[in-house]
Amino acid sequence: AAVVAMLSLDFLDDVRRMNKRDRPPSSPQLYYQVLNFGMIVSSALMIWKGLMVVTGSESPIVVVLSGSMEPAFHRGDLLFLTNRIEDPIRVGEIVVFRIEGREIPIVHRVLKIHEKQNGDIKFLTKGDNNAVDDRGLYKQGQHWLEKKDVVGRARGFVPYIGIVTILMNDYPKFKYAVLFLLGLFVLVHRE
Amino acid sequence: LRKNVEDFTGPRERSDLGFVTFDITADILNRKNGLQSFRNKITLIIFDWNVKQLFLYLSAEYSTKNNALNQVVLWDKIMLRGDNPRLSLKDMKSKYFFFDDGNGLKGNRNITLTLSWNVVPNAGILPLVTGSGHVSVPFPDTYETTKSY
Repeated sequence: AAVVAMLSLDFLDDVRRMNKRDRPPSSPQLYYQVLNFGMIVSSALMIWKGLMVVTGSESPIVVVLSGSMEPAFHRGDLLFLTNRIEDPIRVGEIVVFRIEGREIPIVHRVLKIHEKQNGDIKFLTKGDNNAVDDRGLYKQGQHWLEKKDVVGRARGFVPYIGIVTILMNDYPKFKYAVLFLLGLFVLVHRE
Repeated sequence: LRKNVEDFTGPRERSDLGFVTFDITADILNRKNGLQSFRNKITLIIFDWNVKQLFLYLSAEYSTKNNALNQVVLWDKIMLRGDNPRLSLKDMKSKYFFFDDGNGLKGNRNITLTLSWNVVPNAGILPLVTGSGHVSVPFPDTYETTKSY
């Protein structure tokens, strides 16, 4: 969402600069600044929510956090997901899933599926760069994943870009610096 | 693409375990080489400037009493741009255990083996392609008791 916010910031700033409206000086200017900032934030939110609806996934863009899918994906790569119910889960697909009770999503490949007539499916995953399948990662007593554990299927990717979010997670000072700079940028730009 | 298979099954606990050996011959083309002639069911894969690697996998697909659709990956391989594009693997054993969810392998006449691949670009869409041409493998009605694997 931060990435989308940064992108919409640039876009909306250019649009606003093109409207050469005469702005009255001093106090109403602060009012406009606040309004503009609010519009940028809500636009970013709208784009993110729109993406969630279109892709059917609660997290349509994820960052790869581990090296378990190398050499295809490395830490910091950005993945674009869809999670449409009509798309059946099949072997070979790259799925992003969550293990019950754990927050961090995992990006691995489907190794085995067993699907019943009514559509109930259980499947096993494995990271390309791992020697064994993911059974050891699942919950105690859990042998298979189900549709409800899936966040989405990887349909496209862009390398490196997600490194910023990883840095922000690992180094909180960096996160505050980025947010501070972002805030500064918005304020300075208005003048 | 040619696959020859021999097979026998062995039971473990309560699920059927299948053993399959196979050969794979594939010609994977580089765009610079130009077109080559097709032979029976040879599939064409192209490495171009935006392809970082191919993730190849051989999967077995079949139906059982328990489950309408089963798919099991038997073998996979990562082929990076620049690797030798000629695949000639003979008498390979499956890399992963071919367990069924139940006893659906015994006497199952219709197990289809297909070769597929995931194209991983430098950036962009991740397509999954299935090779045309597949081999049907029947499993025998009895279990093997000797474990010669």
